Parts: sequence; structure tokens; C-alpha cells
Amino acid sequence: MYFVKRIALAIPLLLVISALAFVLVHLAPGGPFDRERAPASPEIERNLNAKYHLDEPIWKQYGRYLGDLAHGDFGVSLKYRNHTVNDIIAQGLPVSLTLGGLAFCFAMGIGLTTGFFTAARRGGWEDYVGSFLSVLAVCVPGFVLAPLLILIFAVKLKWLPVALWGSPWHMILPVLALGLYFGGKVARLTREGMLQAMQAEFITAARAKGLGENGLLWRHAFRIAVLPVASYSGPMLADLLTGSFIIENIFQIPGIGVFLVNSSLNRDYTVVVGLSLLYAVLLVGLNLAVDFAYRWLDPRVKYE
Amino acid sequence: MSEPALNHFSPNRRAWRRFRQNRPAVISAYFLAGLLLAIIAWPLLLKAAGGGFAQIHNPNQLSDGQFLPPGAQHWFGTDVHGRDVFSRVLSGAQISLLVGVVGTLVSLLIGVVWGAVAGYVGGRTDGFLMRVVDVLYSLPSIIFVIVLITTLGELMKHLPLVEQSPALGRQIRVLLLFAGLGSVSWLTMARIVRGQVLSLRTRAFVEASRTLGAGTPMILVRHIIPNIFGVVITYLALTMPAIILYESFLSFLGLGVEPPMASWGTLISEGVAQINPIRVYWWLIIFPGGILVSTLLALNFLGDGLRDAWDVKGR
Repeated sequence: MYFVKRIALAIPLLLVISALAFVLVHLAPGGPFDRERAPASPEIERNLNAKYHLDEPIWKQYGRYLGDLAHGDFGVSLKYRNHTVNDIIAQGLPVSLTLGGLAFCFAMGIGLTTGFFTAARRGGWEDYVGSFLSVLAVCVPGFVLAPLLILIFAVKLKWLPVALWGSPWHMILPVLALGLYFGGKVARLTREGMLQAMQAEFITAARAKGLGENGLLWRHAFRIAVLPVASYSGPMLADLLTGSFIIENIFQIPGIGVFLVNSSLNRDYTVVVGLSLLYAVLLVGLNLAVDFAYRWLDPRVKYE
Repeated sequence: MSEPALNHFSPNRRAWRRFRQNRPAVISAYFLAGLLLAIIAWPLLLKAAGGGFAQIHNPNQLSDGQFLPPGAQHWFGTDVHGRDVFSRVLSGAQISLLVGVVGTLVSLLIGVVWGAVAGYVGGRTDGFLMRVVDVLYSLPSIIFVIVLITTLGELMKHLPLVEQSPALGRQIRVLLLFAGLGSVSWLTMARIVRGQVLSLRTRAFVEASRTLGAGTPMILVRHIIPNIFGVVITYLALTMPAIILYESFLSFLGLGVEPPMASWGTLISEGVAQINPIRVYWWLIIFPGGILVSTLLALNFLGDGLRDAWDVKGR
């Protein structure tokens, strides 16, 4: 029942988001045809506007947009007119998803390991080094890390390609640059969760029954400690997908992030609204998925 | 851990004592103070020194010495136009920190008022205000900042006032950044403050004060606000790095401050533009990036120290 309600609430939410994005981009002065190669004569511009219904009042345009959307049609890009927004998504999304997915796996792998290890060695030098590295990872933004990685591994050592996308070799640097920040975040969450769990009463009980320290850490504390990580993983995946456009920019990766920035500068209304909506759907969907997963991970949780 | 010997101090005094024992946090505080001092003192020093020294280190002075590596004259080297990178990093710090501080204050103002009203008034108002926060939480915030800033920035360009003086336009753009970043960063603050106010409202000393005849403003000023001080200052320290990061992110994409104004983001993006396989101009990335990272690091340590000192629970 709870989830039915959540899904039902998500639909008006997405409508609000699409309306907001729609109004915002249309508010900006200048249209999508301002930067054509040759300055268009007024008649041509009028015809273009009429063709794409830009001469209608905004509520009518929005209604038309929603109608098309209901048929799964995001419209035609106003800048690259031989591409529909569906084309752009179909081309770019798999690349962005691959990049984001790999970075997610990397962040989870390194974050959970570091967090677990630092918590297990609490107070030792391993803890200090590991904790410092995880704070450092959180403080090095991708656009600082990425050029450094390029300078070291691609330009200086020539081990890996500088940019572009294709072979697995191309993926290493972008995935590192994108995932490290989240790895640090996951490590900090895991460590905090572990330390809190180790103070719980059931741990004391298990210890009193004679369970060894390793068993405690693995079988009991870790299972509780992953809960905050699980609830963070939804927004994190969404962030990995949205935050990737700076990495896509630096490494010249043909994902959808590049389109978002360019289209918002070009007043390419349909692309901006379509991509914003896509991200919103991802975010809302992932948050829902996390709530589902949470119930399965932690049977103590009851939703109203 | 509470030290019995300190129990005669007020909670805020005790927190300050605990904070002073946290070495990373204290070092970070000194680092930030030093950075602030350098930002303020450097232009004054240049003005006082005058002559060739000021000429060489003027952050906007173009020269023939392009891409000089760091040395005795240019400590951080020079960039594509022969400008002194050290001075540019410090003048970029002005913008970055200014946006960070003002953006944080905007988020503080909105967050505290929103949360305090929701928590104190309660009932239907509370429900409505918090629903709004929930909705905003599920917006992809960075995208909305991008769309908002390009839209408003474009609107600004057509103001007659801005068309007359581009310098004014640039300053308005920075103001826009304050508002835009502050307006997407207050959500956590509002939630935390609401939770605190909700639990404080029913505490015995507040009830006692009310029975003695204190009105709502009196209770807010005397009891509620002093008691949320710790939480608020902690989240201030944690919000600021996020906003600085946002700003440099946007400026990196070319959506934030515009040249000739510089922020850490634009400096790093200038450095990235110079990446080529023939010559490595590492100082164009290492120095602005390094200062940005150390500032974020210091703010994070500071925030963690404050959180531990006031024993603020996580989200």
C-alpha cells in the first residue's frame, strides 16, 4: 500500500518538474534559432516558429508537449533538427549508464572495503590513513582529479588513452575520476555505521556468548552498517549519472551530459526539458528502488 | 563522552572546549584564517610595494612571459597570457570564498526560518512546509541550477543597465550565483532545524518558561535559538564546502563567473584547456586545484570537529 501511494505521488511530482523546466527555459530571452549560420529573415524565422509551434502561448505548447510525451515522444531537437530527443537519449544514455554503473561498482567496492577495514582497526594507524584518504577523496572534485589523471597516466606515462570512449582502456580514467568521490563518501558512511553498530546491545550479547571479533564484524555489525550506505546509494546513482557531465566533458565522452549543458546554452527547449525530465525520473525511480531494497535489507523497518 | 569536571560550564562552553582538543579541526581553522589573511593582505601588499613588483604580480597584467614554470619571480608560474598564477589563485579565492560564504548565509536564512516555523507552528503549516522540502529534495538540483542560471543570466544581459556596463553585469552574475546556490542548499538545514525545534518545544524548561508568562518571541529568542546554535554552526561548516564546490563546478562549465573575473573553477578550466601532448603545464592545475582541495578539506575537518564537539546526530 505504501509503495502504491509513493508511485502515485511520483506522477504529479514529475509533472511539476516538467512544467518548471518548461517555463524556465521558455522564460529566457532569445530563441533556439538565434545562432543559425546565416541570420534568418523575419519570414523564415516566423515559419520556423510556426513549424515548431513556438508562436503559440506557452500553456498551449506545454499541453502539446505533454500530449506527445504520453505517446513516448520527447519531440525534435530544435538545434540538431535531424535528431529527435529520443535519438539523443538512445545514443547517449547507454554510454552514460555504462560510465555511471562502472563508477558505482568502483565506489561501492573501494568504499565498503575501506570503511570496513578502518572501522575494524579503529584507532590504529590504518584507521588514520584510511579515514584521511576517504576525507581527501570527498574533497577532490572530479574536474581536478580528471586532468591530473590525464596528465600523469595519459600524457606523461602514456599508459592509457587521453580521451574518447571505446575500448575498456578508455574507461579506466573516467571511472576513477567519477567514482573516487563517492568511494570516499561510502567509506565514511560505512565506518560510521560500523562504529555505531558495534555499540549496539545485540553486539554485546553476541560477544558475551563468545562470538569472535571477526564473526561480530562480518555477521552482525556489517549487516547493520550497510543500511545507511543502501539509503545513500539511490541519490548516489542519480548523482553519478547527473554529475558525470563534467567527466564526459573532459574526456570527450559521447554521453547525454554534454547535450544538457550545450542545449541549455542553445535554448534547445525540447532537449533541456526532455533531459531534465529523464534525470528526474531516474532520481525518483532510484529512490523508490532504494526504499524497496531497504525493506528487504532491514526487516525491522515498517512503512505506514 | 562527557567530562564530569566540565559540567559546571554551559553546553556551548563545553563544546568549545571539546572543539579545541580536536587537532585536525583546530589546524583547519588556522589554515582557513591564514588563507583569509593572505587574500586580504596580498592586494594591499602589492599596492604598498608598488613599482615592478606590483606590475609583475598584478593578477590581470598580461605579459610576454607565457607558461613560465614556477620560480623565484612567479611562485606558481604564469598562464597562457603571462599572468602570475599565484596572484590569480588568490584573487580567484576572493570570488570562490565570497560565493561560498554568502551562498551559505542565504541557505542558513531560508533553512532556519523554514525549519523553525515548521517545527514551532506545527500542524498543517508544518505538513505543507515539509512536503515542499520533500518535493525539492527529489529535484535534480544541479540541473535546475544550470537551467536557472542560464535563464536568469540571459535575462540580465538584456537589462539596459547591464548593457551599459559589462562590469556591473559580471557582478550581477555573481549575485545570481549566491542566490541560485543558496536556494538549492537549504533543504537539509530546514529538516535538521525543524527536528531540533520540535524536540525543544516540549522540553520542560520551555514549558516552565511559558507557565511563567513568556510569549512566543521571548521563547524563540531566549531558548530555541541558543539551543539550535550548535547544530546550525555545524551544518554551516558542512554546507560551505558544498557551495564552493558547486560554484567551481559551474564556473568550470563556463556558467558561473565570467572572465576577466576568476574563481578557482575558471582557473582550473583554463588549465585543463592547456592540456596537450607536447608540453605539460602542471602548475596551471596543481596550484588552483590544490588550494581548492585544501580549503574543502579544512572546511570538512572543521565541520566534523564542530559536529563532534556539539554531539550533533547525523542526518
